[in-house]
Amino acid sequence: MQQRISYLIHLADNALILGHRNSEWCGHGPVLEQDIAMSNIALDLIGQARMLYQHAATLINTYEDAGAEWLLQVRGTLAPGEPVTEDSLAYLRDVTDFSNCLLVEQPNGDWAVTITRQFFMSVFQLLLYEKLQYSRDSELAAIAAKSLKEVAYHVKWSSEWVIRLGDGTEESRRRILKAISELWPFTGELFQSASWERETGVMEDVAAGACGMEASSVAGYAVDYASLKEDWMTRVAVVFEEATLDMPAFASWHQSGGKEGRHTEYLGYILAEMQFLQRAYPGSEW
Amino acid sequence: MKKSMMPVRDNQEEQVWALLQEVCDPEVPVLTILDLGVVRQVEVTGEGEVVVTITPTYSGCPAMDTIKMQIRMVLLEHGYNDIQVNTVLSPAWTTDWMTEAGRNKLKAYGIAPPQYAAHHELSTGLFSEAGVPCPRCNSHNTHLVSRFGATSCKSLYQCDDCLEPFDYFKCH
Repeated sequence: MQQRISYLIHLADNALILGHRNSEWCGHGPVLEQDIAMSNIALDLIGQARMLYQHAATLINTYEDAGAEWLLQVRGTLAPGEPVTEDSLAYLRDVTDFSNCLLVEQPNGDWAVTITRQFFMSVFQLLLYEKLQYSRDSELAAIAAKSLKEVAYHVKWSSEWVIRLGDGTEESRRRILKAISELWPFTGELFQSASWERETGVMEDVAAGACGMEASSVAGYAVDYASLKEDWMTRVAVVFEEATLDMPAFASWHQSGGKEGRHTEYLGYILAEMQFLQRAYPGSEW
Repeated sequence: MKKSMMPVRDNQEEQVWALLQEVCDPEVPVLTILDLGVVRQVEVTGEGEVVVTITPTYSGCPAMDTIKMQIRMVLLEHGYNDIQVNTVLSPAWTTDWMTEAGRNKLKAYGIAPPQYAAHHELSTGLFSEAGVPCPRCNSHNTHLVSRFGATSCKSLYQCDDCLEPFDYFKCH
């Protein structure tokens, strides 16, 4: 159960942190329509994060061994005896308790960086949720099926922007090339399993049975990330070709650690802003 | 959901369904929640407890909390005191569940109703778009302005004949 909860929190952290990054564009978009698009995508991602955190919180609160050491980390600064909630998971855990990939916490940079980050992550989420909708965990499967429809729009929107920028003006091309070179080293982590996943065999792959009505009874509840890599590369390459961009070699060096709580300096600043109110005025509501 | 697809209901459940017809989507107030197809089930137990099951349109749709509260208010006003509003995610909501009446109301309100999933804009390639008729002049000579609009459920179009910009309730 510990691994399953960690897995849900990891998926939720990815969605929340990228959603928060996108929300930083609100009121700063290059044109009104794209400002609204960023807010819409942020809303979808934060909504997905909420469902995943709620599901994790339910499992945590019904977990028998309430005093287990690993639970302390999940509880963050929550007062003893207080039940874990979606809010406590988002607002009361510290940097090293978050297990999102490093990619999603990278700063917004210019429009090209934001688009590239969204494109890489949306294609990944699309492939992930396509499989996760057959998870043995029926609640997770339902969340994935719901999120899939939203992520499909994110993929389409960000793909079109990659093409506009890559095959656009000299300036837009220069900027997206820079964005790709900056963000590419963070894509490798998407396809790696964290040590807590490998050690515990959490990666009993959904895909094993994901091809029929029987899927949910025979499949696992998680997805083997490594199995997504080939499809991800193919989908990215199709859009890059259309955008007249060269596909970087995958073998180049990759940064990782986010899934195990070792983050870049940026996550602390995100949490400082996102969590300020709940830290300063615990339990306040609006 | 089409009426014929509903299971047979007893009188009390029938009454609750009728009351739910009074609850509108706060963001698109011409639509009731039944038009939208978000009410999945109504149950009235022998003890008089009312259980209404709804499904969210979009994961982050801020209207869902308001809708839950309004369901509660309407039922309380009509003498139901034991109310439970549950949320289910599966099967995921689709605009195909929107009623014909709802589609007509949307169009009259100036919002182009969703196409059916078979004509989904996502099944088309990049930069292509669903052919959405203008809700004002019915022209098919329209173009997409932005895939995302003022609420999660809408995108922005413009008519190239009457030149009016309009919202499209996008296919989901």
